[in-house]
Amino acid sequence: METAELTQEELFQQRIDADQRIEPKDWMPDAYRKTLIRQISQHAHSEIVGMLPEGNWITRAPSLKRKSILLAKVQDEAGHGLYLYSAAETLGASRDQMLADLHAGKAKYSSIFNYPTLSWADIGCVGWLVDGAAILNQVPLCRTSFGPYARAMVRVCKEESFHQRQGFEIMQTLCEGAPEQKAMAQEALNRWWWPTLMMFGPKDDESPNTARSMQWRIKRFTNDELRQKFVDMMVPQAEFLGLTVPDLALQWNETKQGYDFGEVNWEEFWQVVNGNGLCNHDRLQARVDAWEEGAWVREAALAHAEKRRQRQEPIHKSGPTRKAELPQD
Amino acid sequence: MSQSEWPLWEVFIRSKQGLDHKHVGSLHAADAAMAIQNARDVYTRRMEGVSIWVVESRHIHASNPDDAAAFFDPANDKVYRHPTFYQVPDSIKHM
Repeated sequence: METAELTQEELFQQRIDADQRIEPKDWMPDAYRKTLIRQISQHAHSEIVGMLPEGNWITRAPSLKRKSILLAKVQDEAGHGLYLYSAAETLGASRDQMLADLHAGKAKYSSIFNYPTLSWADIGCVGWLVDGAAILNQVPLCRTSFGPYARAMVRVCKEESFHQRQGFEIMQTLCEGAPEQKAMAQEALNRWWWPTLMMFGPKDDESPNTARSMQWRIKRFTNDELRQKFVDMMVPQAEFLGLTVPDLALQWNETKQGYDFGEVNWEEFWQVVNGNGLCNHDRLQARVDAWEEGAWVREAALAHAEKRRQRQEPIHKSGPTRKAELPQD
Repeated sequence: MSQSEWPLWEVFIRSKQGLDHKHVGSLHAADAAMAIQNARDVYTRRMEGVSIWVVESRHIHASNPDDAAAFFDPANDKVYRHPTFYQVPDSIKHM
């Protein structure tokens, strides 16, 4: 048989090509493991840091309904971060190490969260545009080759669609309101449009990892393909709202059945990635503060658990234990 | 630092009465009570469950994927374990 001569790496690629999922204990190339740990942990960090710009508006949401919705959404983002951290841990990454890398500035998170949320319309834009872009990125990840990542993304995508709809509803309400409200919506779109296009990452010819990630079926579409899809999807929605997309080059292209659009400001993109965005410092500081100020809680909970263990207090009696149902001799 | 990391727990959820508990993911917690509480918040925000089991991950033992071929092979050639292996005359009902 030929297969006897294949290397482990070739066998691995065969499984990928046959669209088989890779599970945590399966053999995998070191670079596959490293790429996934980097990507999944960055994704998790993005969910966690992403709570900050929206959390900023929980106390100022314009009604109790909006406040409840926003609270539920921010809680979802925390949940998404936790699903993803636990997926990364199946690859041997430690939670504390991932957090230490974030806090030391070694690990990245999505640059979009380094922009400030200045008005209530920004919360609309975050849901409508930012979560809309996130969904485009995340839907193909439901079929990514690493099982735990794919399963986490299925759960995330199910929850994410409410996020986008509530954002659109905020925008729609503002656009149907007073002229000042509509102006507020337009002003927010002006600020969020370009940073959202940057969420898909550098252009394909400047994205060195794309080819390998596609070969391993971690990624299923290139950055530029997703960016194009996003523009084609969002322009009609902006038109419905009566808002103007802030791009003079935007134009329907009949031949490609899609929009032509202007060039992203890549200088700004790299500035923000490299730490010089408006909120990079504040976001990281908020995470470090939360971690450090929570240290005593983590220690106390462990000490309490240990004390109970020594006293042999039963912690909880439900669950799979069926001792009570067994015949007592 | 890693000394103070809360242990890892695997979470299993019964989505409704009559179904098995199914593995949904993992989380960190100081003890079982906290693990169940956290599992409720992380994995059942939309009524996904009516019952939760948590098991500390270090207590889970698993088969080795490298041995999977040999390990599961014995079941592979026993097609007679499946009802479709047997020919039933058309005139025979209720079988």
